[in-house]
Amino acid sequence: MTQFGTDVTSDDIIETLGFFDGWEERYKYIIDLGKELPPMDAAGKTEQNLVRGCQSQVWLVTREEGGKLYFTADSDAFIVKGLLAVVLAAYNGKSPAEVSAFDIDGYFEALNLLKHLSSTRGNGLKAMVQRIQAEASAR
Amino acid sequence: MTDFDVAAIRAQFPILRQEVNGHPLVYLDNAATTQKPESVINAIADYYRFDNSNVHRGAHALSDRATEKFEAARQKLAEFVNASSREQILWTRGTTEGVNLVAASWGASSLQAGDRVLVSAMEHHSNIVPWQMVAARVGATVEPIPVDALGCIDVEALAAMLDERVKMVAVGHVSNALGSINPIQAITTMVHDVGARVFIDAAQSVAHWPLDVQALDCDFLAFSAHKMFGPTGMGVLYGKRELLEAMPPYQGGGEMIESVSFAGTLYNKLPYKFEAGTPNIAGAIGLGAAVDFLQGLDRQAADAHEKALLAEAEAALQSLGGFRLVGRAREKVAVMSFVSDFAHPQDIGMILDQQGIAVRTGNHCAQPIMDQYGLPGTVRASFSLYNTADDISRLMAGLEKAKMFLA
Ligand SMILES: Cc1ncc(COP(=O)(O)O)c(C=O)c1O
Repeated sequence: MTQFGTDVTSDDIIETLGFFDGWEERYKYIIDLGKELPPMDAAGKTEQNLVRGCQSQVWLVTREEGGKLYFTADSDAFIVKGLLAVVLAAYNGKSPAEVSAFDIDGYFEALNLLKHLSSTRGNGLKAMVQRIQAEASAR
Repeated sequence: MTDFDVAAIRAQFPILRQEVNGHPLVYLDNAATTQKPESVINAIADYYRFDNSNVHRGAHALSDRATEKFEAARQKLAEFVNASSREQILWTRGTTEGVNLVAASWGASSLQAGDRVLVSAMEHHSNIVPWQMVAARVGATVEPIPVDALGCIDVEALAAMLDERVKMVAVGHVSNALGSINPIQAITTMVHDVGARVFIDAAQSVAHWPLDVQALDCDFLAFSAHKMFGPTGMGVLYGKRELLEAMPPYQGGGEMIESVSFAGTLYNKLPYKFEAGTPNIAGAIGLGAAVDFLQGLDRQAADAHEKALLAEAEAALQSLGGFRLVGRAREKVAVMSFVSDFAHPQDIGMILDQQGIAVRTGNHCAQPIMDQYGLPGTVRASFSLYNTADDISRLMAGLEKAKMFLA
């Protein structure tokens, strides 16, 4: 399993996705990232941790350690799970202030994935990012 | 395939001539909304270009012209569904408003504590929630009519549910999630036998074959213009005259009144009693043009074309392997709902979208039936008369690719 945020950072993802021209390679890579996401155990998949998306289910568990935030996330859809890995690469192991300051739209724009962050996509990604940001600003 | 001239039909739909994500668009989300032919687009544009004015205000030529076209559209719709008078055609925003109007007006004035409203277990949320809202207010209940594993209403179970406390049975003519065509004629007869009323949600049938409200003998019937090649924000509610006459107004405002004073206000006659405020004039005219479009077709040939597409698509899907059809009613419109054994419906929808293929994924606003089937949702390809065998080939190639990616 890969630790997103340390083994794979947001810069790594920007760089790797930059190599690919076609959507197929890009999507394959994203799906593979999802497969590397550390698993969330069944105990984490509670109603409380469920992020309401329209179609697929997304769960998020937040943990704070030594002033840094760590997230575990899971989804029942592969592509969304890959996109979760992309998000966690940006947020994991950062302080609440760093999480708040991170320009997530700019990041997704650089990845050419911005449309997935739109709330109309109904993939729960937007809602998850909002929850992470809320967790950060509540601390 | 039939000899239906699909190329000539397609040529009337400008939106279909575009690329999406670098591929020619394959539009298979027709149950969500159909595309609009040039004639409908022009009718709306021409209305704004030449005739725009408020209706029923008289006093000048433009208003007369707008009123004439607006009311001619109503007459056209009355004939389209074979209503006995144009006064029974109420303009709405769509099917959803039709249900809400009947639930709020008829429901609040006719339902009492202990009464029962029955809806099928595969209804669209818009034919469930408005009934739940009024039921909660008056102390009535809303109960599901069982639907079997194939996606058919269990008519015997319905018969067993019917008693004198049942006051309304609200069912879809066709399921948007599964495509099943429901036996509404038989249902209506059974329901009338216990003295209850029938509401037909015709959102998914209206584009497919001619409706005849008198032959169906339904008490209410609603549909949306946008699912029958007309504009969004427009719909029709048909009701039996004696019911509409007895029902209180739904919303108050201009147009719906005869006279207003602080001593007491008199309501307008049908259909205006239910049409408060400036109506969607362009919408009505656009809907009229959509009716003209449909009437100009050989509708039997169009229906046969769609059914042939469905048969071809279902056979092709099954030979791909890894996919399972959801909704196997013998009588279906051209809606193919399915799941895969290797990925979430949303994954498949995203991979198809990348290839310029538009389908719907999710619970299709019919969560109860998805829950019953234990599914997070389905992928739904819904065909219209402008779809082609080539669209099916593209869909199958797209699904092959999804399998390669995700399986
Ligand atoms: C069966 C059914 N009923 C009702 C509706 C609601 O229609 P509208 O959103 O146009 O009001 C739809 C549309 O999705 C439908 O498919």
